[in-house]
Amino acid sequence: MSYRITGSTGEWEIVVGLEVHAQVVSEAKLFSGASAEYGGEPNTHVSLVDAGFPGMLPVLNQECVAQAVRTGLGLEAEINLFSRFDRKNYFYADLPTGYQISQFAHPIIGKGKVLVDLVDGSTREIGVTRLHLEQDAGKSIHDQDPTRSFIDLNRAGVALMEIVSEPDIRSPEEAGAYLRKLRQILRYIGTCDGNMEEGSMRADVNVSVRKPGETEYRTRCEIKNVNSIRFVMMSIEVEAQRQIEVWEAGGTVDQETRLFDHVRSETRSLRSKEDAHDYRYFPDPDLLPLVIEQSWVDELKAALPELPEAKRARLEQEYGVSRYESSVLCVEQAIADFYETVARGADARLAANWMLGDFFAALNRTGRSIEDSPVSAEGLRELLGLISNSTINGKIAKEVLEDMVETGESASAIVEKKGLRQVTDTGAIEGAIREILAANSDKVAEYKIGKDKLFGFFVGQTMKAMKGKGNPALVNETLKKLLSE
Amino acid sequence: MSGIHDFTLASARDALKSRKISAVELTNAHIDAIERLDGQLNSFITRTPDQAREGAKVADEALAKGEGGSLCGIPLGIKDLFCTNGVRTTAASKILGNFVPPYESAVTANLLKDGAVFLGKLNLDEFAMGSANLNSAFGPAVNPWKRKDSDAKLVTGGSSGGSAAAVAAGLVLGATGTDTGGSIRQPAAFTGIAGIKPTYGRCSRFGTIAFASSLDQAGPMARNLQDCAILLESMAGFDPRDSTSVDTPVPNYEASLKRGVKGLRVGIPKEYHVEGMPAEIEALWQQGMNWLRDAGAEVVEVSLPHTKYGLPTYYIAALAEASSNLARYDGVRFGERVSAPSLDGLYEASRAAGFGEEVKRRILIGTHVLSSGYYDAYYLRAQKVRTLIQQDFLKAFENVDVLLTPTAPSGAFAQDEKPTDPVQMYLNDVFTVPASMAGVPALSVPAGLDARGVPLGLQLIGKFFDEETLIAAGHAIEQAAAFHHRPTIHAGVSA
Amino acid sequence: MSLDAKTVTRIARLARIGLKPEEVETLGQDMGSIIDWVEQLKEVDVTDVSPMIGTGLATPRLREDRVTDGNCRDKVLANAPEREGPFFTVPKVVE
Repeated sequence: MSYRITGSTGEWEIVVGLEVHAQVVSEAKLFSGASAEYGGEPNTHVSLVDAGFPGMLPVLNQECVAQAVRTGLGLEAEINLFSRFDRKNYFYADLPTGYQISQFAHPIIGKGKVLVDLVDGSTREIGVTRLHLEQDAGKSIHDQDPTRSFIDLNRAGVALMEIVSEPDIRSPEEAGAYLRKLRQILRYIGTCDGNMEEGSMRADVNVSVRKPGETEYRTRCEIKNVNSIRFVMMSIEVEAQRQIEVWEAGGTVDQETRLFDHVRSETRSLRSKEDAHDYRYFPDPDLLPLVIEQSWVDELKAALPELPEAKRARLEQEYGVSRYESSVLCVEQAIADFYETVARGADARLAANWMLGDFFAALNRTGRSIEDSPVSAEGLRELLGLISNSTINGKIAKEVLEDMVETGESASAIVEKKGLRQVTDTGAIEGAIREILAANSDKVAEYKIGKDKLFGFFVGQTMKAMKGKGNPALVNETLKKLLSE
Repeated sequence: MSGIHDFTLASARDALKSRKISAVELTNAHIDAIERLDGQLNSFITRTPDQAREGAKVADEALAKGEGGSLCGIPLGIKDLFCTNGVRTTAASKILGNFVPPYESAVTANLLKDGAVFLGKLNLDEFAMGSANLNSAFGPAVNPWKRKDSDAKLVTGGSSGGSAAAVAAGLVLGATGTDTGGSIRQPAAFTGIAGIKPTYGRCSRFGTIAFASSLDQAGPMARNLQDCAILLESMAGFDPRDSTSVDTPVPNYEASLKRGVKGLRVGIPKEYHVEGMPAEIEALWQQGMNWLRDAGAEVVEVSLPHTKYGLPTYYIAALAEASSNLARYDGVRFGERVSAPSLDGLYEASRAAGFGEEVKRRILIGTHVLSSGYYDAYYLRAQKVRTLIQQDFLKAFENVDVLLTPTAPSGAFAQDEKPTDPVQMYLNDVFTVPASMAGVPALSVPAGLDARGVPLGLQLIGKFFDEETLIAAGHAIEQAAAFHHRPTIHAGVSA
Repeated sequence: MSLDAKTVTRIARLARIGLKPEEVETLGQDMGSIIDWVEQLKEVDVTDVSPMIGTGLATPRLREDRVTDGNCRDKVLANAPEREGPFFTVPKVVE
């Protein structure tokens, strides 16, 4: 079921590769001791090294290297024990030294892969070409003054991982799935918080189109700095559309950098041609080649947390949940952890059901995340325990959960206080049913001549009379017995 | 006050320790000499007499208590390429004309920690790019030496020309220099003083304005090697802020003076007999061999086959790095700025106005050799040739302990004899550049005067981190040469 | 051989150094003669020679991930030729 765009000359296939810039989680910057924390007063998270002062020198941050290696391991990629930093030379207001230190010729991470899940239930493997470490630039602020831009260097020098995919992506959906999966892996390993709003993950999108069956790639365009998954998907669509129109009008696509304007839903050329770049890469003479030991890589590997794919498979196997349920539970590590806490000592499938249903709904309603959930995993487990041991029924449990969210009290306290224990006394149930049947003798008659649907009505009436506390199984059973009398 | 200008750094140190003289007296005498003579020499870009007197006072207090570091109360000059906290640092460039660093370079911090007193910042070729100190935005430094028969102003050599002139004229007891392709050794030879370019990585580059990062190395310049040894011991040392700094202990360099050269194997690289070298330099070189032989060393010929490629390799590698290192001078965060309506206009105008002619030329060449389509042919090839040059040295050092060569192919020339062809100008560095390319240590000692009375130097090149053998061999030459001549302009000569 | 005006102008543009027309020619000649001179490196056989990266003497060192620097805005801004409050300023950049 391949994604195709139909133009005036027939169908087109799209070819997409993504370059994701993921900000490394670290205390300090890649080559200086200034804070890498997001925000802060302008120009405070800046050392003289970051500001490119004369005679200032870079010294590599070990943790940033470790984070890159961990990420490489998470992408099942080759870890290069020898890598090197190059200078990428260009002038820009937020690039203090006039060059960005990056790994051009010898990246720390080589070929890897990401498995993505598609809506139709299939999975696809997207190749990762490489991952390298580089410095972020500062920020130019253009909207404060009519004639000047202001420069804040707080971001300058923060470590980024540039993760380059192979041109394996064939639809906007795949691009979205790739980014979500990549973000999930980075978050699991703790190497990038994946927060696209704060710019800690952004993508350059390489798009080209071709006729199905063509083996060569046509000229691609690079859409720079797209900062949400939705915009990545949108930009691919409109850029592919644009290129198809160019080809079909008999023109040729120029290799260029473009910008996505989500308001007008179009891409436009970013840099004029006369300003062609020539980055003059060469090895940074202020830094030695980066040589790491296999034993260190092994240590990092041993300390890696369980990764999404493995966790999902284990949840399916260990708790008997469906593939769909396990993949939703594994979206975030914290959710999976929460689930496992609930599921250990409760009915695991019931737990999955409740988490995906009422519990997530409650989180959404209250605008909370799993980390600051109003109900603890232990609390939810207790609630599910009350269902399993027939203290309350499922319907009452929904009410109890709402109370728990509201008051923070425990399930059993709410059940006791409100007297919500379900009635399992068959005498009481029978009494209630007899009253209902007596009051609805016309309906009983209709039921008896074949209007089976009325059974639900009797159940509802009975539960209503019992304020919802009747044991559903017993109510059903007793009702059947009395109606057949 | 005659006598005070006869001190070497070592003898001044001893006089200070024994309280025969105070640091304030010593400093004042040097400040006076600077005021008297530097109008002619232009060796200082910035003088810091008040700071120096303050430092001398503090030094005297320490000395009175029998405390103080190895350089306590010693007045020095600092090449204006080392950033000095709160003191203007210009790199002799208009673009840094008003730059006041809020930090201290590692090398000067080490000297201050040992009690040194800074008299000011010394002239140089802009961003250390030059071999005659003619490329300074603050005008050329002038060699205190004159030819016997002429009053023509001679160049100091470069780039550490101000350091060389100030030391030679007795305005300071010692000075810092930096050497990228000969910038300590060649001016030392031109002004009749000693200078050491240590092994790359011996002195931290932190806070020293970069020219070519893979070559730049700080080192001492002083009247003799004992003074240089004392200075180097203070300047050198591991610094975690410089990734290329080498973590190896700093030995007692002064002690190595006494080692002697008995049994030492001295190599004479045959490729250094270059075409057109003046006969008197050949003769001096031969003299140097004889001195070392007489002192007990064994002199053997060696081959450094890639010598002739040293200079072109150097100009590619150094200028490529420089083009990138100097990109930060853009008129935005510090330095001179020429306003323009666009960002690129601001860059182009600020850099056009702020950089001198030679710096611009070098940035452009460096940009060219790195640019697309040329990288492999120039930069990458040069880095490979550099490997071969380094291998030449390593191979030679399997058989010998030091190499002896002339420091420069001529003595100091007159300012108006400057060659107009830049390539001719670069040839001044033909003997100093190869050691820089290999990263090995080298020094220059004054060995005699040429026929016109201008000093000439001999260069010794040593093994990685074996500055001690270098100093021992250099000291043997010093003793044999007994170079006690003084330049025309000297603090000890009454006007 | 002198570098042509177009090449010199392109390089100067990359290096962001404004040149006057008369400088273009002189620099073209100077640069040309230097480039001609370095051409002699083509004689050297560099087959299987790896490019030198540093002197190979220092051992790779990594910094601990701790905040030890920054929070020195006054120092960072002190030498700025032009500033506005806590920012450096440049002529407006339009993209």
